[in-house]
Amino acid sequence: MSEIVLEGRNIVRDYHVSGGLFGKPKTVRAVKGVSFTLEKGKTLAIVGESGCGKSTLGRILTLIDPQSEGELLIDGKPINIARDRVTPEMRRKVQIIFQNPYGSLNPRQKIGEVLGEPLLLNTNKSAAERRDLAMQMLVKVGLGPEHYNRYPHMFSGGQRQRIAIARALMMSPSLLVLDEPVSALDLSVQAQVLNLLADLQDEFNLTYVFISHDLSVVRYIADEVMVMYYGEVVEYGTRDEVFSNPQHSYTKTLFAATPKSDVASIRARLEKKKAAA
Amino acid sequence: MALLEIKNLSVGFDTSSGQFMAVQGIDLHVDAREVLAIVGESGSGKSVAMLAVMGLLPKTATVTADTMTFNGHDMLTMTTKQRREIVGRDVAMIFQEPMASLNPCFTVGFQLEEVLRFHMKMDARTRRTRAIELLQQVGIPTPEERLNSFPHQMSGGQCQRVMIAIAIACNPKLLIADEPTTALDVTIQKQILDLLVSLQAKHGMGLIMITHDMGVVAETADRVIVQYKGRKMEEADVLSLFETPKSPYTRALLSALPENATGDRLSTVADFMKNEAANAGAAT
Repeated sequence: MSEIVLEGRNIVRDYHVSGGLFGKPKTVRAVKGVSFTLEKGKTLAIVGESGCGKSTLGRILTLIDPQSEGELLIDGKPINIARDRVTPEMRRKVQIIFQNPYGSLNPRQKIGEVLGEPLLLNTNKSAAERRDLAMQMLVKVGLGPEHYNRYPHMFSGGQRQRIAIARALMMSPSLLVLDEPVSALDLSVQAQVLNLLADLQDEFNLTYVFISHDLSVVRYIADEVMVMYYGEVVEYGTRDEVFSNPQHSYTKTLFAATPKSDVASIRARLEKKKAAA
Repeated sequence: MALLEIKNLSVGFDTSSGQFMAVQGIDLHVDAREVLAIVGESGSGKSVAMLAVMGLLPKTATVTADTMTFNGHDMLTMTTKQRREIVGRDVAMIFQEPMASLNPCFTVGFQLEEVLRFHMKMDARTRRTRAIELLQQVGIPTPEERLNSFPHQMSGGQCQRVMIAIAIACNPKLLIADEPTTALDVTIQKQILDLLVSLQAKHGMGLIMITHDMGVVAETADRVIVQYKGRKMEEADVLSLFETPKSPYTRALLSALPENATGDRLSTVADFMKNEAANAGAAT
């Protein structure tokens, strides 16, 4: 049995909403007790519609937000950032990649600085070392050293997502949280980025938490799948279990809503249309 | 006669490094009661071609075409004033970002009634009744209350429904939907696509779906045009496109779908075009 990198035990997250001047303050429970374990080198996909709490969970796992209740264990150590400060060692373990590559890069920062910054903040490497590492990382994600001095606006969406991936990998993390990393990209660019992620996972033995609402991508990349609905986990199992035998009605709705592009279903649709006309 | 007929359409943009051709010699036609899908990756000129039809391109763009007729009107020689009467009434367009295409300063009802006031010259009471009826048609619950909502008080899917209501307000003959579901979840995407197709069938509209998602094409289209770098690569009815794609680019696009993955890697369009070029080189 291989080692468990990430474990969640009954994680809960509440948001407190002030009710305004005369209203009563409300509490919104965005994540309602989520438990899971994830082994090293595997990919866990979290699926659900917008507002189901999947990104909130991602933020808790990345140590951006604290959990309200429950336990989060990374490499077997319990972590609660509401109580303890986040140390550089913890930051080094988990990194995140966001959905929109246009919003997640500072337009006034050169790519070299983008990549060097995590090292500057969390390590005491010299400027020359940081520069070398950044150059190497650019080559690893399929860009070139000549891109070091360029600004984000000079890149396409797919290239920017590569830069975001490079930035996340600078700290050589063991766990990477990917929050809808390909939903803003075209089909062909999406294929390139998914290939890159698969290659990097093999090379660095990375563990992925892959947040997505696209089931065809999830089916391609995930080992385990967790389906969330209104903050609760409604289905959790290996990819084959979930895809071949969905239990919960919401999972079935999700499958039914995914566009089918095989010839048989197109033919069925056209025939139905002809019958209606 | 075709509802919209375009022959040899080219669109160029003046840039500091010379003219950039976004669309190069595209022919297309749409009949009434037909769903045409235009597929391509970003930068393939699929939106630009349709914006040219609507006359919504910036002044730096030069549009040339041999013919561009809509319902018998010549769109090339038309004055701006004549165009404004047609656009929004007979041809309507839905954009990708529903949140960004509604004005945040006005209520949904105001924006919906604006079209009716401008194009149909309705009085206030008829406008309101018609607005409620339209919101009902696109499946928004309690439309009377929703008329007074602002866009930020609604979800993305609901905003897109409002956009569709505005687009179909004057019973257009042609509806152009530019990536109508890209910003939405799969479950909402399904609802919006079903809504568009049912409205299309009910009103007998022509519908142009611009998209990069082959799944959306498979679910909605009758006929498909595949576009790449401003050129038309292939035109076929939807079944033969998926069954026997002719152009190498279409085959590349289809093999990049995650559900068609063979083995561990997804084939990308770049790989495919490289192989194709190598094969062509070897053959000659």
